[in-house]
Amino acid sequence: MSADWPILSATIWLPIIGGLMVIAIGDKNSNNARWMSLAVAVMTFVISLPLYSGFNPGTAEMQFVERAPWISYFNIEYYLGVDGISMPLIILTTFISIFVIVAAWEVIQYKVSYYMAAFLIMEGIMVGVFSALDAMLFYVFWEAMLIPMFLIIGVWGGPNRVYATIKFFLYTFFGSVFMLVALIYMYFQAGSFDILSFHTLKLTLNEQILIFIAFLMAFAVKVPMWPVHTWLPDAHVEAPTGGSVILAAIMLKIGGYGFLRFSLPITPDASSELDWLIISMSLIAVVYIGFVALVQQDMKKLIAYSSIAHMGFVTLGFFMIFMITANPDASTGALLSLQGGMVQMISHGFISAAMFLCVGVLYDRMHSREISSYGGVVNRMPWFAAFMVFFAMSNAGLPGTSGFVGEFMVILASFRANFWFAFLAATTLIIGAAYTLWMVKRVVFGEIANENVAKLEDITGRETFILASLAVAVLALGVWPGPLVDVMEVSLANLLQHVSVTKIP
Amino acid sequence: MIALSDFLILSAILFSLSIAGIFINRKNIIILLMCVELMLLAVNINFIAFSHFLGDTVGQVFVFFILTVAAAEAAIGLAILIVVFRNRRTIDVEELNTLNG
Amino acid sequence: METVYLTIVIAPLIGAIFAGLFRNQIGRVGAHWAAILGVAISCALSFFVLKSFIYDGMLTYNETVYTWMVTDGLRFEIGFLVDKLTAVMLVVVTFVSLMVHIYTIGYMADDDGYQRFFSYIALFTFSMLMLVMANNFLQLFFGWEAVGLVSYLLIGFYFKKETAIFANMKAFLVNRVGDFGFILGIAAIAMYFDSLDYAEVFAAAPQLADTQIHIFGDETWSLMTVICILLFIGAMGKSAQMPLHVWLPDSMEGPTPISALIHAATMVTAGIFMVARMSPLFEFSETALSFVLVIGATTAFFTGLIGIVQNDIKRVVAYSTLSQLGYMTVALGVSAYSAGIFHLMTHAFFKALLFLAAGSVIMGMHHDQDIRNMGGLKKYMPITYWTSLLGTLALIGFPGFSGFFSKDAIIEAVRYSTIAGSSYAYFMVVAGVFVTALYSFRMFFLVFHGEGPRDKHAIAHLHESPKVIIWPLILLAIPSVIIGYITVGPMLFGDWFNGVIFVLPEHDTVARVGESFHGPFGFILHGILGLPFILAMSGLFVAWFIYVKNPSIADVIKSRFEVIYNLLDKKYGIDELYQYLFADGSRGIGKVLWTLGDKTIIDGMIVNGSAKAVELLSGVVRHVQTGYIYHYAFAMIMGLLVMLTLFVNF
Repeated sequence: MSADWPILSATIWLPIIGGLMVIAIGDKNSNNARWMSLAVAVMTFVISLPLYSGFNPGTAEMQFVERAPWISYFNIEYYLGVDGISMPLIILTTFISIFVIVAAWEVIQYKVSYYMAAFLIMEGIMVGVFSALDAMLFYVFWEAMLIPMFLIIGVWGGPNRVYATIKFFLYTFFGSVFMLVALIYMYFQAGSFDILSFHTLKLTLNEQILIFIAFLMAFAVKVPMWPVHTWLPDAHVEAPTGGSVILAAIMLKIGGYGFLRFSLPITPDASSELDWLIISMSLIAVVYIGFVALVQQDMKKLIAYSSIAHMGFVTLGFFMIFMITANPDASTGALLSLQGGMVQMISHGFISAAMFLCVGVLYDRMHSREISSYGGVVNRMPWFAAFMVFFAMSNAGLPGTSGFVGEFMVILASFRANFWFAFLAATTLIIGAAYTLWMVKRVVFGEIANENVAKLEDITGRETFILASLAVAVLALGVWPGPLVDVMEVSLANLLQHVSVTKIP
Repeated sequence: MIALSDFLILSAILFSLSIAGIFINRKNIIILLMCVELMLLAVNINFIAFSHFLGDTVGQVFVFFILTVAAAEAAIGLAILIVVFRNRRTIDVEELNTLNG
Repeated sequence: METVYLTIVIAPLIGAIFAGLFRNQIGRVGAHWAAILGVAISCALSFFVLKSFIYDGMLTYNETVYTWMVTDGLRFEIGFLVDKLTAVMLVVVTFVSLMVHIYTIGYMADDDGYQRFFSYIALFTFSMLMLVMANNFLQLFFGWEAVGLVSYLLIGFYFKKETAIFANMKAFLVNRVGDFGFILGIAAIAMYFDSLDYAEVFAAAPQLADTQIHIFGDETWSLMTVICILLFIGAMGKSAQMPLHVWLPDSMEGPTPISALIHAATMVTAGIFMVARMSPLFEFSETALSFVLVIGATTAFFTGLIGIVQNDIKRVVAYSTLSQLGYMTVALGVSAYSAGIFHLMTHAFFKALLFLAAGSVIMGMHHDQDIRNMGGLKKYMPITYWTSLLGTLALIGFPGFSGFFSKDAIIEAVRYSTIAGSSYAYFMVVAGVFVTALYSFRMFFLVFHGEGPRDKHAIAHLHESPKVIIWPLILLAIPSVIIGYITVGPMLFGDWFNGVIFVLPEHDTVARVGESFHGPFGFILHGILGLPFILAMSGLFVAWFIYVKNPSIADVIKSRFEVIYNLLDKKYGIDELYQYLFADGSRGIGKVLWTLGDKTIIDGMIVNGSAKAVELLSGVVRHVQTGYIYHYAFAMIMGLLVMLTLFVNF
């Protein structure tokens, strides 16, 4: 289905042009820049809503397709479209971006317009990544995304920001050049950069394995999977609150999305051949990273590590499908596994955003992220404490919140692959609760630890608005995940069908 | 009658002189600039000689281009030189080594 | 009826939301009215439901409320299953909850967190009702974790107390260990039954009874055994069975009303309820039943022993709760599910009574909880005294009191059981009767009899508690005494649980007990002649002898058996062991993985290592760049010459 007007292009370019206009407004009157940015972000969100309301969940075809030649010499097209996999991620992007703008309202005082513009431009680029159906277009958006993030961490970041930005940039860039090579190779095979034509491309097993590894380099860094995860804690610690939110809530999802859009459908045989690798990396992420998170002294680092552990569920869910279909005792479950990974991505988008915003609230007041400089925050900030405990609980996967849904689905599915996968995955119930609640105990509860905490003021209306909106989203998804799951079902089932057919000529 | 080879020998000598000037000169940056100009002149002689002996005027057109570029280059070069002198109080090549890795 | 059931569940939730979110607008009185009204509505409706089952012959209700999601052919739904088991649980939960709500008005009167407290307990009631009314495993797990959450919040209610916030985290994490097993059990069910709906799973259970699965290599396991043991691990966490019992005594850091409601009457019995609900699964695995039996018997006896040496009034009652939960678990192990539920019900009343009475005493003593500082409270707090006496008699199983019927039924059922471990269990539960009587009356005598409080200052303030506290005590004392006599016939030996609890004929120990049952009065007579009664009386006598008649003996015994005393006082060292093994251990692992794995190997060697390698290489190469123009020019010319000679053919 396609709409009467180019919704996807509007969602991509409105924030980008809006961002440039915010720069044009400049910092003479920063309030203008703020309101302008908010207006753009809200408008983008409103524009993106028809993607959901007009979406036809009954087909796996690409919808809202826009197609025009771009660089015709290389057969590169401006080719956009969404299916059930990318659409929820786009809505997530436009939704979270609003809160990033609001969260920066009074906090950012240095070059406000540039800060806001960077986020708006990045929003457009990220929507572009999710909706691009031309591999070159995808690659351009993919790399362009690094620039605003690089600037956000590099300009508005913490004291050690230079190390963090360079590490972040080199890590992700290192991964993506391999992807470029793979894309160009497939261009020569297929004659175009159309991703959908890559899906039907016949490739020998050796070719597939090489392409798979190239993609893995790019996506594993982005997700990030153990052992290429060490950029994330550093980047989070140095990034301003908004940067962390976008990083955790959306940029990490691009890695997971890449697995679904590229690795699985283009190289199904190699994925099936190498699934043990991804599964072990994911399980290590869940267990190993959980233990590492336990001993962190810095709140942002702790949440960053918890993000890695949660993303482990995503990749676990995506790559267990081969073992589940191979298991004679399990009739179904592969789709459940994919769905679980997707739900986990969306849910993690809300929860990690909320957790980083909570830390941001504290950081704005105390300028410290060290757990040890807090204690007894609840005495001074009861409403904030309520939100923090709520989000901590959803981070620990409490039923009724969105954090539970994805984990539950993946654990149910993993039991069908192998008892021990389920066993290791389910340890997150204990470890996840341990690191989250231990942090909450040390930060929120207890006697007032020092005179700085004694001076804290409870959250303002602006902060309440942000946290309450996210809380509503987390609850809604936890109480009734049905609508989200229905939207994705057909596309994922189609993907599963596609993956189960060998592509070896 | 002067043969083509005489022109070529002259220009080769001029060219070698300018290269030697660049290599051997370790003092004055102006001499360096002059050597570069000389190198271009050597090439110009080649162009004119070929143009004359082959009966093709394109070679002479090229010379005008080169002369223009050389003039511009000299102007910019001297301007840079003045700035360098203002900042460093010297135009000694030995001391202009901030590009040192 | 759907409206009724929905109202039962939703009313406390609305109360909780009002009391919590609008606490500043509606004030203290508004908050307690909102919560109490919500719970009172569900309590009234629960009685109505029970009445409909008893007198109107209402049929089991099993409907979906809404579909949570459908994926991959698996339906996840939220729905209600209301049968006779549910009806009993509904009445127990809402009645005790209502009593506790009312009691709280008096107990928490001076607390700043008054509204918050009401919000939490109303939310707890909602969660517990969701749990008992679930008709599928998803909702069961929701309620299961939600009660855990509220328990977490309430144990840490006094969030300034370091011990309280430690205890609540401990409680949540230990529960999570149980939930870890529970969720794996659910995953196994989802895999092999392809459904999470109780009715479908139970219907398919007999066909899958002989299925074998592989877990460790080629060794085969019975599917039912695996599922049931995994599910029971969940119950061990929630119902605080050894070795996951460590959180319950610590949970006494919370305010007393919630100790009564959550950590005695309702939440901790969720595990018992769950296993009884799952009887169609557990029946097909004798291994799992034996496992349940041994765990329960061990808990029943050994935690009771610890109760003897405790000096904190609430901890004594907490250990008694552990021990009684052990009894219920034993009942489940010998397939006497109905006896387990029966004991659950009687225990809910008398243990809530004992806790609330303890709370009344604590208030009288101005929040001093050490029983050694008490004594002679009988004349200052007569109603608390008498109600406590009734509760204590019910607890030790004095013939005629409610606890007698349920406990005796369990002991008899164990006697008839033939599954592995039943003789061990029989010994434990019978010995446990003596222990129960000993610790119960030890506490009772120390608190209410003997010399007055040592602190004369305390005496001046001693007086009976206010009416909002006394009335719940009285209202709970009534069922503590009579409920057993009334219900033992129909519930245990009648057809009340027919079609609800499934027992294979060869396991049916309750029926064996029932063969000699001729009315409750005959049961009492039979009980008076039995061994348990003699043991209970001797326990009572020993307690009286040591703590009333001859108080100096206590210290003599203590010094004579110092090793045993220390072992019990340290709770067998299990807490320290866990602290060392799991808490410190996992922190140690984390530290090693972080510093060695992340910082040294990945970041230090690979990431920064490659950066260093580049730096090293460029350090060598940089010397080519001298910075002198004539060097560069020279290199260019030389390069040109080389290329000319190489590529141009003269």
